[in-house]
Amino acid sequence: MRHHRSLLCRALLTGALLCIAGPLLERATADEQTWAERVAAVVRPADDFSAAEPYEINSGGAATSHKLVNRSSFSQPSANLPFEQQLTFKVGDGIFRKLWVSAPSSTTSSDGLGPLYNSRSCQSCHLKDGRGHPPAAGEAAVSLFLRISVPPRDAQEREALASGKAPVIGEPTYGTQLQNFSLPGIVPEGQMTIATEEVPVTLADGTVVTLQKPTYGVSDLGYGPLDPAVMLSPRLAPPMIGMGLLEAIDQADIDALADPDDADGDGISGRVNRVWDQEAGAVRPGRFGWKAGEPSILQQTAHAAAGDLGLSNRFVPYPGGDCSPRQTACREAPNGEDAAAGEHELPDRMLDLVTFYSRNLAVPARRKVDDPQVLAGKALFYESGCIACHRPKFVTGDVAGRPEHSRQLIWPYTDLLVHDMGEGLADGRPEGFANGREWRTPPLWGLGLTQEVSGPTGYLHDGRARNLLEAVLWHGGEAEAAKQKVVAMTADERAALLAFLESL
Amino acid sequence: MPRHLVSLVAAGAVTCIGAAVQAAPIEPHAVVETYADIAHAMYGDAHFAAVRLQEAVRTLVAEPSAEHLFAARTAWRQARVPYQQTEVYRFGNPIVDDWEGKVNAWPLDEGLIDYVDNASYGEASEENPLYTANVIASTSLSIGGETVDVTTITPALLADSLQEAGGVEANVATGYHAIEFLLWGQDLHGTGPGAGERPWTDYAKGDACTGGHCDRRGQYLQAATDLLVDDLAWMTGQWAEGGDARQSVLQDPQAGLTAMLTGFGSLSYGEMAGERMKLGLLLNDPEEEHDCFSDNTHNSHYYDVIGMVSVYNGTYTRIDGSKVGGASLAALVAEKAPDLDAEVEAKLARSVTAFSLLKVRAETVEAYDQMLAADNAEGGAVVQAAIDSLIDQTQTIERIVAALELQPIAFEGSESLDNPAAVFQ
Repeated sequence: MRHHRSLLCRALLTGALLCIAGPLLERATADEQTWAERVAAVVRPADDFSAAEPYEINSGGAATSHKLVNRSSFSQPSANLPFEQQLTFKVGDGIFRKLWVSAPSSTTSSDGLGPLYNSRSCQSCHLKDGRGHPPAAGEAAVSLFLRISVPPRDAQEREALASGKAPVIGEPTYGTQLQNFSLPGIVPEGQMTIATEEVPVTLADGTVVTLQKPTYGVSDLGYGPLDPAVMLSPRLAPPMIGMGLLEAIDQADIDALADPDDADGDGISGRVNRVWDQEAGAVRPGRFGWKAGEPSILQQTAHAAAGDLGLSNRFVPYPGGDCSPRQTACREAPNGEDAAAGEHELPDRMLDLVTFYSRNLAVPARRKVDDPQVLAGKALFYESGCIACHRPKFVTGDVAGRPEHSRQLIWPYTDLLVHDMGEGLADGRPEGFANGREWRTPPLWGLGLTQEVSGPTGYLHDGRARNLLEAVLWHGGEAEAAKQKVVAMTADERAALLAFLESL
Repeated sequence: MPRHLVSLVAAGAVTCIGAAVQAAPIEPHAVVETYADIAHAMYGDAHFAAVRLQEAVRTLVAEPSAEHLFAARTAWRQARVPYQQTEVYRFGNPIVDDWEGKVNAWPLDEGLIDYVDNASYGEASEENPLYTANVIASTSLSIGGETVDVTTITPALLADSLQEAGGVEANVATGYHAIEFLLWGQDLHGTGPGAGERPWTDYAKGDACTGGHCDRRGQYLQAATDLLVDDLAWMTGQWAEGGDARQSVLQDPQAGLTAMLTGFGSLSYGEMAGERMKLGLLLNDPEEEHDCFSDNTHNSHYYDVIGMVSVYNGTYTRIDGSKVGGASLAALVAEKAPDLDAEVEAKLARSVTAFSLLKVRAETVEAYDQMLAADNAEGGAVVQAAIDSLIDQTQTIERIVAALELQPIAFEGSESLDNPAAVFQ
């Protein structure tokens, strides 16, 4: 092995001085085998829980933020960004926080909102770059919205889905998302309704936990009835941290974890979702979103800008956003495209800045990695089988031009695969090749700072779980066996498991 | 070899004084001690100027008049001078970063605090339920489903219940910019000339009161100013003998040097060049200016740069004219890499010039927000030149970090990931 430390190590400063471990390490062919072996050794799950593992505190590798814990804990840049890219990050942050306005406006670069939208800025849903929350009683929903679609109705639509070119078939009038806000003069599509039912769960030690089971509907429909076959899927704004690192994981490492037919008989059959990648012009593995419906952070960002804010961009070049042909007033409303400059409402330079920002929100360092209770909880997490899907470790691959994300040892606790999570969590709405019972394993890093950053907590895809124990108890399907182990735990064991999760 | 100390003599003017390199080797410990001493003096000056502001505010509230509003505005402008110089202590010192949002958060949804012009500001925001909460006109507010009694406006209410209420960063209830809004009001001139035009009668007693609830406006203004004074006193203490911020740089001088250069580079590049300047130019948005109510942005930017010069050269001129200084980062760099020292001195001088030009233009030709207008090529170029000077100086700072061979900070219970061999052993 050649370790030219002086070459490997580029002094970079941001909150901490760290060097980039990976990209400068030369990868001669002869080293390939050794490199793969070393990575395999380092990502092998721990079997010794007497102490923390080396580097376990750095959930996001050298990009981990070591700032003091506070409400801005999810808003820090990758700690290994050079100064020059800190500028890009900050400008991207400004656009992320920007409140968009309706066209025409005196500040032409800030107009183009809607006409239908769920939010006026990115930040409004991703509060403090963290998790959204379900609306409180009497509050309009902002960081939770409904995806909508219908089953295929003819051969053409079936072909669109089978080929992967369309992830869903939009509701004929309302499109793929219910926008509950609109510009003046345009009717909003409707309001989400949530009816909850209490579901008591009795744990082995007699403790009763009461889960809240939500049922979703739509009221105040602005454009006539929904198609009778409509499928609704609630989606909460997820935390923004660590996404560039997840993007940097080699697809082969994810594929290796997939076991679609459960060949190994462990009851876990993770699948790679496959979706249309507009840049590649081909079907590619999905990685981002609650059902892994987006192949890249760039495409995810572009689709969110169009769907959530109504901003046209190079991926969705329609200033009407999600307005369908049946929503004529919406289609004919003034738009914010700058014809003179030949620019979309969200021009490429702004899309790229927001994408850069989204890639570089740092994962905060863990707390209490050496605490005995946390270590005991870690052992329980591993022994209960949680790590079959919540994979602790990866070493990222080489990403051209992104040394901050390359060759980092990261601890995301996800396999990025979709799994059958049982009837309790099912939305009954397929997306791409993920069916109505499947959800992508969400990363768990940063979990313990949710309360600090976002206040009232709401976990899972629609925020229904008010705390981590409730979130665990909602697991079913492939995760049923692991959940039953938690149900069977003593109070002390449960407390240890939760202490581990809170330390992430 | 001679080197140049850039020091501020009077606002806008710069002079260079030749000084000889000291013969004895410069100890990092002495450099970080100077750094802590200057921090103590700068925050102390910021506190002193805030106390002056507090007095002016009390006078305004007790005896409202055009003269007393003018005096309070002047005191606010003066209070910004030492505070902005302290910003070079951000980004490297976690204690400062954790605290900074209390005193200098921006931009803000000012409708949380007081009345606003509905035509330009809008009447509601889906994202921020408190967008037009108007604390001054209310006795209770609903924040995240809980009812908060705001009958009496106290520093604790502002700091604990209203600041970032509902998790919305734009709910800025405290600090310089909240006070600025209460003294100036909204700037409704867009990219045209003119700042906020709040009348003094917004603080008048009895029937002369405009804008409603003048007594509560005065109460808010005093509470916010009292809080600012307290917060600055606290931070001054952090840098005094035995203070935590001082201790953290002194106990590991190498880490202290890292903090110095990190703050220097991050303030230059990310915060100022990026967030505060480039974004506004990119969006041509007059609201994207740091002191948007008072049109004092040019001064805020200028004194940020002056603070960098003081920290690099290890000498700071206090409000009372006395000097605080000692072993400097400049001398340390000159010892290890004289070329880099000369280079960064030259670049810092160019930044001071670029920001002086920005300041002069803002005071004689057009305000900073006018320079951001899409059709203002000449004004935009002045802003861009200032941005470019910061970018240029930061590139040298990055090389200085390498030249000083600063070691990674050791984190609790872990080595950093700089050594792949250790990771993949």
